[in-house]
Amino acid sequence: MSHKQLADDQLFQQYCKKVKADKRNTRLWQIVLFISFFVLWEVTSRYGLIDRLIFSSPTKVWDLFIANLLDGSLWYHLRITLFETVAGFIIGTLAGIVLAASLWWSDKLSKILDPYLVVLNALPKVALGPIIIVALGPGYFSIITMGAIISVIITTLVVYSSFNEVDENYVKVLKSFGASKWQCFKEAIFPATLPSIISTFKVNVGLSWVGVIVGEFLVASEGLGYLIVYGFQVFNFTLVMYSLLLVAFFAAIMYQIVERLEKILIKNR
Amino acid sequence: MSFLHLDHVSYHYFYKKGYTKALENVSFTVPEGSFISLLGPSGCGKTTLLSIIAGILEPSEGTIQLEEKPLEASKLDIGYMLQQDYLFPWKTILENVLMGPKIQKMQKRAMKEKAIKLLEDIGLSKVIDSYPQSLSGGMRQRAALVRTLLTDPKLLLLDEPFSALDFQTKLKLEDLVSGLLKEFNKTSVLVTHDIGEAIAMSDKIFLMKANPGEIHEVFEVPIEIRNLTPFQARKHLKYQQLFDRVWEELNSLESQTVSR
Ligand SMILES: Nc1ncnc2c1ncn2[C@@H]1O[C@H](COP(=O)(O)OP(=O)(O)O)[C@@H](O)[C@H]1O
Ligand SMILES: [Mg+2]
Repeated sequence: MSHKQLADDQLFQQYCKKVKADKRNTRLWQIVLFISFFVLWEVTSRYGLIDRLIFSSPTKVWDLFIANLLDGSLWYHLRITLFETVAGFIIGTLAGIVLAASLWWSDKLSKILDPYLVVLNALPKVALGPIIIVALGPGYFSIITMGAIISVIITTLVVYSSFNEVDENYVKVLKSFGASKWQCFKEAIFPATLPSIISTFKVNVGLSWVGVIVGEFLVASEGLGYLIVYGFQVFNFTLVMYSLLLVAFFAAIMYQIVERLEKILIKNR
Repeated sequence: MSFLHLDHVSYHYFYKKGYTKALENVSFTVPEGSFISLLGPSGCGKTTLLSIIAGILEPSEGTIQLEEKPLEASKLDIGYMLQQDYLFPWKTILENVLMGPKIQKMQKRAMKEKAIKLLEDIGLSKVIDSYPQSLSGGMRQRAALVRTLLTDPKLLLLDEPFSALDFQTKLKLEDLVSGLLKEFNKTSVLVTHDIGEAIAMSDKIFLMKANPGEIHEVFEVPIEIRNLTPFQARKHLKYQQLFDRVWEELNSLESQTVSR
């Protein structure tokens, strides 16, 4: 019997090895793709195959990065945009969840608001930018509002519909113990929908970046969105590329953080 | 003394395009400490009836009295076990079982001890801190039973608690549940579509018919069977006799509905 088990163990080890090799191979291709992109960019730009003035080059972007890192302007602009984005994300998401909960709470309210939500959802929120800026004044406050407003309606709709999809028998169990509406929400509805709430987080990370960058396009005099517009106006495309790469990097980090959060919060399902 | 009394209870489900009359003129009385079964084909309104008794649905007509008081006024605890276990997948077995006390804001410590003791008695000591997904159907059903019993309800409503289980598990659980309920002198209403289960477990059987749900006939279970465990009862001669009578009645019901 131990002989047989030895053979089984060997098979398992082989399987593990294969999984590992597969993973390494994938990672290798990812790195190859990454490096060739920058090499191709550098080479084509250096030999004039693409317009140097428009597309800049990795080395120039890198030089700018180092220079800005040293004189502190990198952190200065990054800090502002990050703060606005995180604030917009949190406010938009929380407001969406609270709105969804109030719709769930009152059937009447959800029926009354239904057509308004549909229209608001269809409306491209960035078109509200000028109005928001006029109403709230040019400044952080408007930009954060842009970051929040872009995700709040879609969050409300998605979360509300997932509240409604919870098997009503879970609520029935609680009601048989005499639970109040709030207890039903807290013990059944909310935890049952936590996975879909967190998946709206992931969407909202991307959305709040859109809102904030557009907001900065419109009014700001600092932040990464401002740097992009400014670079465009003075035809400094090294600055544009540099800001773009920073946005891409930090948006990815925020997304990763949300994914971690997801793993922690719903590990038992 | 009548413990639970239903008086001409009807229930309609309304939709945009019409309605279903799920129950019509259902009346019966359950004495304290007795065990009755509602037997009938699926769709005859058994689940609806239990939800009404549990106070989750309001009857469209008729009244329900518990200990001679209207249902809403009665402070009596009712334990309701649904057709499936509906354990919360994000809670451990112990947390699931403690759901009732948590909702009712009872003393935590004492309840926790009681819960652990009950879980041990029912053979779930090893899975107290596991999540429901890792349990078999029978174990989940037992956990759901502990959840129902923990708040010490005077009246128990059981909706096809054994229908999703394999035969062996079902026989074992029948004995277990029947023993527990007798020991604590509970009044119980069991819903089932299994004739054998109804006879083996209860004192009285209400045979229901569908469209609309009504009580069609009442069978008294012979005293000889009542005092046996369900497993022993199944072997008794009178069990077979009653089984045949119920079987025939169900068949004639079916042919009536077909010919109509
Ligand atoms: N939530 C509901 N909405 C509308 N109709 C329902 C609902 N639940 C049950 N019904 C209808 O009421 C009747 C009785 O259902 P139910 O009480 O579940 O029967 P049983 O438990 O005996 O199978 C059926 O015709 C069913 O279609
Ligand atoms: Mg049913």
